[in-house]
Amino acid sequence: MSKINRLETSYYKSLTRKMAFILILVSFTPMILVSGFILNQFQFSYREKIHAHLKEIVLKHKQNIDRFLIEKLSAISFLSSSFTFEDLCNEEFLKQQLTSLRREFGTVFEDIGVINADGRQLAYAGPFKLEKADYSEADWFKKAINTRHSISDVFMGLRSKPHFIVSVRKQYNGQYWILRATIDFLSFNSLVENLRIGRTGFAFILNQAGEFQTKPFMETVPGTEHDMFRFLKAAEKSSEQVYIVERKNALGREKIYAGAMLKNDEWLLIYQQQKHDAFIDLEHARNIALVILLIGGIGIVLTAIIFAKRMVKHIALADREKEMMSQQVIETGKLASVGELAAGIAHEINNPVAIMVEEAGWIEDLLEDEDLKQSENLEEFHRALKQINIQGRRCKEITHKLLSFARKTDSRIQEVQLNEMVEDVVALSAQQAKYDNVEIRTSLQNNLPTIHLSHTEVQQVLLNLINNAIYALNQKGGIIEIITRMSGEYIIVDVADNGPGIPRAILGRIFDPFFTTKPVGKGSGLGLSICYGIIKRIGGEIDVKSMVDEGTTFSIKIPVNIEGSPESDLVSDRLNNNQV
Amino acid sequence: MTIANVLLTDDEVPFVETMTKRLTKRNLNITTAFSGDEALEKLEKDESIEVVILDVKMPGMDGIETLRYIKAKFPLVEVIMLTGHATVETGIQGMKIGAFDYLMKPCDMDVLLAKVGEAASKKRRHEEKIVEARIKEITNRRD
Repeated sequence: MSKINRLETSYYKSLTRKMAFILILVSFTPMILVSGFILNQFQFSYREKIHAHLKEIVLKHKQNIDRFLIEKLSAISFLSSSFTFEDLCNEEFLKQQLTSLRREFGTVFEDIGVINADGRQLAYAGPFKLEKADYSEADWFKKAINTRHSISDVFMGLRSKPHFIVSVRKQYNGQYWILRATIDFLSFNSLVENLRIGRTGFAFILNQAGEFQTKPFMETVPGTEHDMFRFLKAAEKSSEQVYIVERKNALGREKIYAGAMLKNDEWLLIYQQQKHDAFIDLEHARNIALVILLIGGIGIVLTAIIFAKRMVKHIALADREKEMMSQQVIETGKLASVGELAAGIAHEINNPVAIMVEEAGWIEDLLEDEDLKQSENLEEFHRALKQINIQGRRCKEITHKLLSFARKTDSRIQEVQLNEMVEDVVALSAQQAKYDNVEIRTSLQNNLPTIHLSHTEVQQVLLNLINNAIYALNQKGGIIEIITRMSGEYIIVDVADNGPGIPRAILGRIFDPFFTTKPVGKGSGLGLSICYGIIKRIGGEIDVKSMVDEGTTFSIKIPVNIEGSPESDLVSDRLNNNQV
Repeated sequence: MTIANVLLTDDEVPFVETMTKRLTKRNLNITTAFSGDEALEKLEKDESIEVVILDVKMPGMDGIETLRYIKAKFPLVEVIMLTGHATVETGIQGMKIGAFDYLMKPCDMDVLLAKVGEAASKKRRHEEKIVEARIKEITNRRD
């Protein structure tokens, strides 16, 4: 039994697991697929958006810076074209021009100077004492003397301050000369410095050699930025001439770089931002989604498990009920076959008994004729024959009782007079009761209406209750009282014994199937549960009142008008009519 | 003069034998049969039989079937069914078909005698009525 229980438990456990698993799978799969797909798409489009945004910013600033440079160049160019070499070599004049430039462009122009082809500064206007300075070895000069316009890289130069030079080359008397102006680094730097996004986004400018042309916003590791120029070249280039690249730096931080060429591809404007920073909104959204997913997942798992457990509990209950039902069917079948067997045996016994009685009768007949009247044993003969007759009749009575109880077990609805049935059952139990020293008393209300129900089933209920009562009284003997009475629309049958009573602890379980107080192998524990099933089915009630040491009373309440059309049984009608 | 001419039909030979003895002793004229077929045969041969005591449960043709034949061929012959309790229903069924009454085994001799007497007199009454009817018919015809 315990093995079966264990098997069943493991069966239900695996059923629970399977159900929960399927529920979880079915709930999770679409959720994960959909959210994964959406996240992927969203990530993609967000990336596109960020890239587009960066491109636009970089492009705008590239244009800004280019315009700034060109503007400054054109100012110088205009100056050089408007005035003659001699005019410009006049320092006073030059100062005047610088002042007007500054008036026009602000403090962007730091100083201004005229340099001849040898690199010697012929005239200078500005805050530094740079008259007669020799630039022949300076890189910017070498470049400037070879092109019409040039803008130098940022360098420290003679004044030990970062600056760059805008220069225009002119010719005078077959000799080149150069008008140059220094651009204030700070005001140039501000163009780039303003380009700030998020916490980590900033821009800077590199020259061909990979040197910073602006003051970087924070300490960037130069080494990694140096080859960036090369890297950017290899990077994907969009139609707007903007390079976008995402890569990890030496510290393992992923960064986004957006770059654009400036100043005729000499400089590179780079905007860099940590990817984490750029995608912070996305990450935020993703984190929230993850949290929701997690909470939802926990919810789903819990629900699935609880749901599966509850379902399996229901299934187990249904299984148990089914088992109980089939057990009942088996029990009924068993009773039926026992009844049939009893009927067969009783009938077969009837024949020999009939013959025996007839033979005895025949002998009696003969005794009257024969000349045995004087025989001293005549009385004995008569006594013996009478005894045979009496015992034969007793046999007949017993077999008839057996037959009347074991009439084909069927659940056909018949008209039943409850009092008669009680008497039948009491008569049947009387023998057993006598051995157990139990007295059965009946107190039956007259004129009970006939009710329509299965003869066999009600008989079974009564027999079960009486047998239980007898069993309860087994040890000491006692009295069983059976009372029938009307109460409203119900007939009530009480079966009361004055036995030891049922302990309160088990009172609630006595109708449970397989619950028995009898020793193993003696009772199936189905009796009361079958009674319960039968009474419930016909719409009645079965109750128990018990006091320890006082006795137990089982009360059956049977409705007089039982639902369903009574299947009137002609045979029993006729039987009743004939016997009256 | 016997009380009645009775055909006792039962497959239990000792029962039939003893009953024959006892009933004969009580002034009944007994013919015996041990099966339904035999009973019909006997009825065919012997027109004087008035009452058939017929066991319900017999091998071969059972009591009910035999009863049907008897009622079809010899409608005036009265039949008393002899049943065990388990076959009361069939006994009653027999009465619906037209048996006179049923008795349960083992049966009380006096009850049986009384029933046979009643059955025989009923048969005779019927016969008398038939005779009367015939006489009437004949007298009517004369008129």
